[in-house]
Amino acid sequence: MYAFDIERPTTVAEAVNALKADEAQPLGGGQTLIPTLKARLAAPSKLVSLSAIAEMIGVSQDGSAIRIGGATTHGQVATELADSYPALGYLASKIGDPAVRNRGTIGGSVANNDPAACYPAACLASGATITTNTRDIAADDFFLGMFETALEEDEIVTAVTFPVPQKADYQKFEQPASRFPLVGVFVAKHDDGVRVAVTGASESGVFRWTEAEEALSADFSASALEGLSVDADGMINDLHGDGAYRAHLIKVLTGRAVTAAR
Amino acid sequence: MPKDTGIGASTRRREDVRFLKGKGQYTDDIPPAHDQAAAVFARSTVANGVIKSIDTSVAESMPGVLAVFTGADFADVGGNPAGWLINSRDGEPMKEPKRPVLAHGKVRHVGDAYAAVIAETEKQARDAVEAIEADIEELPAIMDVKAALTSDNFVHDEIGTNQCFDWGWIEDNRRATDDAIKGAAHVTTLELVNNRLVPNAMEPRCSMASYKESSDEYTLHTTSQNPHLTRLLISAFVMGIPENKLTVIAPDVGGGFGSKIYHYGEEALVLAAAKRVGRTVKWTSDRTEAFLTDAHGRDHVTKIELATDAEGNFLAFRTETYANVGAYLSNFATATPTFLHGTLMAGNYTVPNVYVNVKAVFTNTAPVDAYRGAGRPEATYSLERVIDKCARELGMDPIALRRKNFIKPDQYPFASAAGLEYDSGNYDALMDKMEEVADVAGFAARRKASESKGMLRGFGVNAYVEACGIAPSNLVGVLGSRVGLYDAATVRVNATGNLSVMVGAHSHGQGHETVFPQIVSDMLGIDAQSIDIVHGDTSKIPFGMGTYGSRSLAVCGSAVVRATEKIIAKAKKIAGHMLEAADTDIEFKDGQFSVVGTNKSVSFGEVALKAYIPHNFPIEDIEPGLEETAFYDPANFTFPSGAYCCEVEVDPDTGKVRVDRMTAVDDFGNVMNPMIVTGQVHGGLGQGIGQALLEAARYNEDGQLESASYMDYAMPRADDLPFYIVDHSQGTPCTHNPLGAKGCGEAGAIGSPPTVVNAVIDALQSGGKNVTHIDMPLTPHRVWSAMNNA
Repeated sequence: MYAFDIERPTTVAEAVNALKADEAQPLGGGQTLIPTLKARLAAPSKLVSLSAIAEMIGVSQDGSAIRIGGATTHGQVATELADSYPALGYLASKIGDPAVRNRGTIGGSVANNDPAACYPAACLASGATITTNTRDIAADDFFLGMFETALEEDEIVTAVTFPVPQKADYQKFEQPASRFPLVGVFVAKHDDGVRVAVTGASESGVFRWTEAEEALSADFSASALEGLSVDADGMINDLHGDGAYRAHLIKVLTGRAVTAAR
Repeated sequence: MPKDTGIGASTRRREDVRFLKGKGQYTDDIPPAHDQAAAVFARSTVANGVIKSIDTSVAESMPGVLAVFTGADFADVGGNPAGWLINSRDGEPMKEPKRPVLAHGKVRHVGDAYAAVIAETEKQARDAVEAIEADIEELPAIMDVKAALTSDNFVHDEIGTNQCFDWGWIEDNRRATDDAIKGAAHVTTLELVNNRLVPNAMEPRCSMASYKESSDEYTLHTTSQNPHLTRLLISAFVMGIPENKLTVIAPDVGGGFGSKIYHYGEEALVLAAAKRVGRTVKWTSDRTEAFLTDAHGRDHVTKIELATDAEGNFLAFRTETYANVGAYLSNFATATPTFLHGTLMAGNYTVPNVYVNVKAVFTNTAPVDAYRGAGRPEATYSLERVIDKCARELGMDPIALRRKNFIKPDQYPFASAAGLEYDSGNYDALMDKMEEVADVAGFAARRKASESKGMLRGFGVNAYVEACGIAPSNLVGVLGSRVGLYDAATVRVNATGNLSVMVGAHSHGQGHETVFPQIVSDMLGIDAQSIDIVHGDTSKIPFGMGTYGSRSLAVCGSAVVRATEKIIAKAKKIAGHMLEAADTDIEFKDGQFSVVGTNKSVSFGEVALKAYIPHNFPIEDIEPGLEETAFYDPANFTFPSGAYCCEVEVDPDTGKVRVDRMTAVDDFGNVMNPMIVTGQVHGGLGQGIGQALLEAARYNEDGQLESASYMDYAMPRADDLPFYIVDHSQGTPCTHNPLGAKGCGEAGAIGSPPTVVNAVIDALQSGGKNVTHIDMPLTPHRVWSAMNNA
């Protein structure tokens, strides 16, 4: 780790101001950034911690939508959404281990957009809205590719708002070492149709499997997927699985999610 | 009733009190010395490269920097040697290129250290390492063991080949084996890979050295499974520091699994640095360095053939193995694929012909050496996989086929076709017990239940025998060992009747502090709590050859017995004097010395006091004091054996394997502490299942270790493992050591990998998939691919 300064503002405005410093970087739960710093792979001059900003922490429900503050930990989401949005609560409960869940935050996860992160799949399938200090961004417009998002310089994810679908389920097939999803599929049945979001699989990051969405919107059952297949082209090839395997798993997991959805 | 003390009691591990409270004292925990400086290494990022130049001038001028070392600083000192000299089939000695303290001229694997910075703080040292300018011209990496043998690109240019040796065992049996295979009714052939593993001790390596100018003495604290061997290697081969001027201390050691047997260059570097800068110098490995530089395990590519007659009687095993030894020879690297592997290639069987060929190959990878089981898991895996395939081809039950060929209890001592003499065993009894405790009869119903959930269920079985209690010095000397493999113990009875027992075997988790006192307390009839173990410090213990090869109990424990017997013999003389009787009339029982046939007696404590306050003492016949040392050199290896089985469920949609039941029935001879033995088996099973399903050190073709962190190297976790059924009730005592003990540390890791793979193949076959083999680890992707291609 190289030396750096750290600030711990208590309001979003202070945080935005602090981030104007040269080579300053926001620090969410630090579950990606701190290991990166330890390995000397990044050298920010200043870290601006978002963990003391009260307005960014917590869960609130407004009608059929759930708003989660950007600095809310996975552990808190797992606990608080267990009944109100079980599929999302379950997803949060399976991220990392207790130490990760007690530190890692939803804002950090979506801002980082790791191609194998769990939250982006939930955001896309739920039709969530990502709120920053300057604007609201639809999930469909937010995730632009591996580690790429619509966030501008110095823009902070202050909250993510999830419409609660009629039914949903998240199926995560774990990569054996990291236990990130080798493939994760989030299926959500909304009033106006079904959304299927896939993480872990594509070289372009999280994406929606639109053919499955159409088929499931017409018939929400695993058998509706028969005859569909995912193109292995563009899927990730790595130590743990090739593109064909990932493409196959997408279909298997989508079917399981449909069957398990509640 | 189980005993609650002494030999055979499940005494709780006394060391766990400090370990569980976080009060263990590992090398890195030692409070910083007032003059402590830090060492950080510059390591190669390429697998194979010529060092054109190293410019350290900027680094040397950086804040806090005390010294910068490069390979040139060690060009005139010795290399770190291989402990065994292996001769090739043609009689040529193996190729043994120098393994320097720091790479000089060439870097040979990713992580190979070519420079080191000593600075006031670790951060300053790290900053200075980044300022070293090394011009390293990258060469193509030599990665594939077979291609390496025909390449003219060499890991070590000075030897002009990538082959270390081409070993035949037993060369005189080659012809008969070939003939037996040629004429056999049936031959089963299997090509397999025994996957390379990273040891992943919980505690990373750490070394700290200081130098006292006034007496020219060095002290090295280091993470070691055998501090005396480290001292010997540094003294006799690498640095030339006289043994009496070097103290090596290994305090608590947090796991090793083999990787901390060996002497590493970092230890020599901190010693040299301590002298040059006149400071205490410490280096602690980070996890990435551990992945890149701890000696790896396994990595064999093998073709095995099993010839049988029409009834399934084994006629011959023949193997051809390419053993990757990595870029340099680690200390046991040449013994592991040869005498710890080839000699076990007759397994538990009366097979008359065995021929083993092993070609050891240098590659641009981390050195490969003994890892829990060391050669024996490779032997067992090859044998028990090919036997399983043979049973399937012959349409025979895999248990029946093994039983048909087992050595029978009345055949001991048994001279195996691979050159060892097994002293005892009863493989049918183990298999009987395994079938009973595993409820093998209930498998069919469990398979049906799995199938109703859409899962494939498989049953896998395995029998193993291994050679432990390493090892008789005379025998290993003939086989090429450059050291003896005895061990030593000193039993010191203090004046007040309590004891310190200095043992050569050093614990890195085994429970020596609990078990050795159990033995001594049992022999002396005194409370185990009054006995302490001293280990891990070359200045305090007589000598030791370390902890590996499941040898601590069988070899060092036997030395403890011998030393304690000497204590009893001397104490009897003292008691005889005190009781005015001849020592031959003195009987020792339950801590009391009595004159036979009388009620006259003195206690052990009274005798101890007399030994140190020798008033009215026959000083002309007996020396004062009560302290005895014994060196014990075993007469033979010990031969633990076992029958294992497991049941797996395979998800046909994803290829994911879940081990549902795992049964290990082992013959460890006499068991000193059943709880600790069970724990050892559990640990071994975890590592074996890890090898079978999860773990793989995977290099790409450029020599980069792609699985160099826990993000990509899958360690077994609790939810990957089933509850185990463990039984060691069927022990047949070792016939040649005083405890009758065989050793239990590696069994689980030896017996479980083939058991798991056999079960997965059985599951796939039950689902109509004609899959006969999958190379470990059986990851979901590999299993799914195999199913798809079947």
